[in-house]
Amino acid sequence: MAIQFALQDGKSLSQRPSIAAYVVDRAFFLAAGLGAFTIVALVAYILWEIGGQALPAVIKNGPQFLVNTHWNVQNQSFGILPQIWGTLYSSLLALLIGGFVGVTIAIILTQDFLPHQIAVVFRTLIEMLAAIPSVVFGLWGIFVVIPFIRPAADWLHDVAGFIPFFGTSLSGPGMAPAVIVLAIMILPTVAAISQDAISLVPYKVKEAAYGMGTTRWEAILKVIVPTASGGISSSLVLGFGRALGETMALAMLIGNANQISLSLFSPANTLASLLASNFPEAGQIERQALMYAALVLLAITLVVNVIGTLILAWTSRKIVKA
Amino acid sequence: MRHSSNKLTARPLAGLIQALILIVATGHGTTAGAAGIELRGAGSTFSAPLYEKWIDAYQSIHPSVAIHYDAIGSGEGIARFDAETVDFGASDVSLSAAETAKIRRGAIQVPGTAGMIVLAYNLPGLAGPLKLPQDVYLDIFMGRVRTWDDPRIKTANPGLSLPHKNIAVVGRKESSGTTFAFTSHLAAVGKRWIEEGPGVGKIIDWPAGAMIARGNEGVASRIKISDGSIGYVEYGFARRLGLPVALLQNQAGKFVAPSQESGGAALATSAGQGLDNLAPALANPKDPEAYPIVTYSWLLLYKTYPSDHANAVKSFVEFGLDAGQPLAAELGYLALPPAVADLGKSALSQIK
Repeated sequence: MAIQFALQDGKSLSQRPSIAAYVVDRAFFLAAGLGAFTIVALVAYILWEIGGQALPAVIKNGPQFLVNTHWNVQNQSFGILPQIWGTLYSSLLALLIGGFVGVTIAIILTQDFLPHQIAVVFRTLIEMLAAIPSVVFGLWGIFVVIPFIRPAADWLHDVAGFIPFFGTSLSGPGMAPAVIVLAIMILPTVAAISQDAISLVPYKVKEAAYGMGTTRWEAILKVIVPTASGGISSSLVLGFGRALGETMALAMLIGNANQISLSLFSPANTLASLLASNFPEAGQIERQALMYAALVLLAITLVVNVIGTLILAWTSRKIVKA
Repeated sequence: MRHSSNKLTARPLAGLIQALILIVATGHGTTAGAAGIELRGAGSTFSAPLYEKWIDAYQSIHPSVAIHYDAIGSGEGIARFDAETVDFGASDVSLSAAETAKIRRGAIQVPGTAGMIVLAYNLPGLAGPLKLPQDVYLDIFMGRVRTWDDPRIKTANPGLSLPHKNIAVVGRKESSGTTFAFTSHLAAVGKRWIEEGPGVGKIIDWPAGAMIARGNEGVASRIKISDGSIGYVEYGFARRLGLPVALLQNQAGKFVAPSQESGGAALATSAGQGLDNLAPALANPKDPEAYPIVTYSWLLLYKTYPSDHANAVKSFVEFGLDAGQPLAAELGYLALPPAVADLGKSALSQIK
C-alpha cells in the first residue's frame, strides 16, 4: 500500500525550504567551512613563518644540523642531535611508565573493580592532574622527586653502575626525575582516552566472553583491551605528543646539558627546553638555528601523529575483519 | 529613599576610583619623583646585588632620581648599551677600544666594584673545605677529571673522604662577564684551555656533560640542588645560599680561601695600572697571598647625555665609588683600591 503524502486539498506535505531556512543553512555551512579553513590556514601560516625564519639556518647548516652534537654560539655552529636524543628518550620512557599506569587505571576504573562513587572520585582526581601548571610540576620535581629518588639512584649506581642505564651518579636534575614527572603529566591524557575507549566496548562482547567461561582477567586482557586497542593506542600517541612538546617542567628538571647518554641519572636536554631557554638572549643567527630546531620538533610530532593514525587504522581494520 | 540608595551604591565606586588614582599618583611619585629623572641600567648579574643596594641608598638621599637596573648578564648589557636603550650598562668585561669607538655618543668605562669568582660545590658530608690545584680545576672544567675520587683530587685533599660520584659541572648559559673572567683565568692557567678546550669568551660551549643555567643566581641554585656539582659564581651568591667554596691554589702554589684580604691582595697587584690595563693584569695574580680569580666589574657610561641626565649619572656613579664602596664588603664584593676608585672618579669629568 502506497503512503499518501498529498494533503486533502491537493497540496504536497513536502515543500521548498523557506528563504530564511535556506540562508541559515548556507550561513552555517559557510561558518563551519571558514572555521575549518582557519585552522588549516593557521597551521600553514605558522609553518610558513617558522620555515621562513629557519631558512637561512637550513641553507647554512643543512642536514649536518641533525647530527652535529654542539650548540656553539661562539662559533655560530649549531647541531641538535643531543636534543633530539633527549626528546625521544625522555618521551619514550615517560610513555612506557605513564602509558602502563594510565591504561591500568583505565581498566580498574571501568571494569567494576571499585564502587561507582569511588571510581568517580578517582576519575576526577586524575583529570585534576591535567589542570596543574607545568611550572608547579617542575618545582615539585626539584623539591620532592629528586630527593625522593636519590637514595634509590645512588644505590643503583653503586650496585649496577656497569649497566649503561645507571652509569653515572644522579646529581640532581637529570633524565630520571624528568621522565617521572613527564609520566605523571601524560597520565591524565592516557587514562581519560583509554577509559572512553574501554567503556565503548559493547556489553555484549564482555557477556559473550564470560559466557565462554573466561575468568575476569582473561576477559579483560584477551577480549576487552584488544577490542579497545584502537582507542588505547590513540591515547598513547596523544600522550607521546604531549611528552614531546612539554617545555617548562623539562626545562627545570632535565639539567640542560647537551650530551647523549644512556644513563638515566645524567643531565640531558630536549628540543622544547632548548627553545625555551635559548630564545630570550638569542642573536639573529642563533634565532634562525632555533627556528630550524622548532621545525625539526614539528616534523617529529607530525611523524609520531602519522604513525599513530596508521596504527589506529590498522588495528581497527583488524577488529572489523575479526 | 530611592535617591539615597543610589548614592549608597555610587559611593564605594567613587571611593574605588579615588583609591586607584591615589595608587597611580603615589606609585608615580615614588618611581619618578618631582623632577622626574629616570635612569635605566642593565647588564651584569655578578654585580647586580651591589648595584641594587647602591640604588636603594642613593634614592633615599635623592628621591627625585629613579634608577632601574636589569640584571640580564653582561653580554646583553653591552648589547643594550650599544643600542642606546639604557643610560648605563654594566659588564664584567671591559669594552675594547674598537668597541668603544663604535658608540656614537662616546663611551667611558669606570670600574664599579670588584669581586671574586669562587668555585662553589655541593658534596654533602664532606668534612672540611675542598682544596683544588690550578691544573685540577682546569681539567674539571675541561671534562677530563670526571669523578670526585679522582687520584689528583685525593692527593690534594689527604684528609677528606671523597665520594665515588660524577662531577656535575655547572656553566653559564647566556653571554656573561663572569664566564669571560673565569675562562680568561683558565686560559692563563693552562694553554690547553685554548688549544684543546672551548677557549675564552662571554658565552662558550661547555664540554660535554655540563649543565647550563642562567645568571649567577641560576648557577648557584643549580649547585644547591645538585649533589656532586661544582660551578663558578661570584662569591656573594655562594655565600647567600650557604654553598661551600673551594680553596684554590694560586700561581704561587698556595691554597687560598676567598676573603676580603686575599681578594684585596689580588686587586692590589693591578692598582698601579691605568684604567685600560686593569683587566689583563688580573688574569692570574702572582702575589702568594692573592686569591686567583678576581675581576673588576665595569660601569659603561656615555660621554654625552641629555641635559639633566648627565648630572644624575655622574652623581650616582660618584656616590657608588665613594659611599658605595663600604657596602661592597658587606655583600661579599671587594672594595676598589682607593687609587682605582680615584681613577674612576676623575674619568667622570668627561661626561657632558
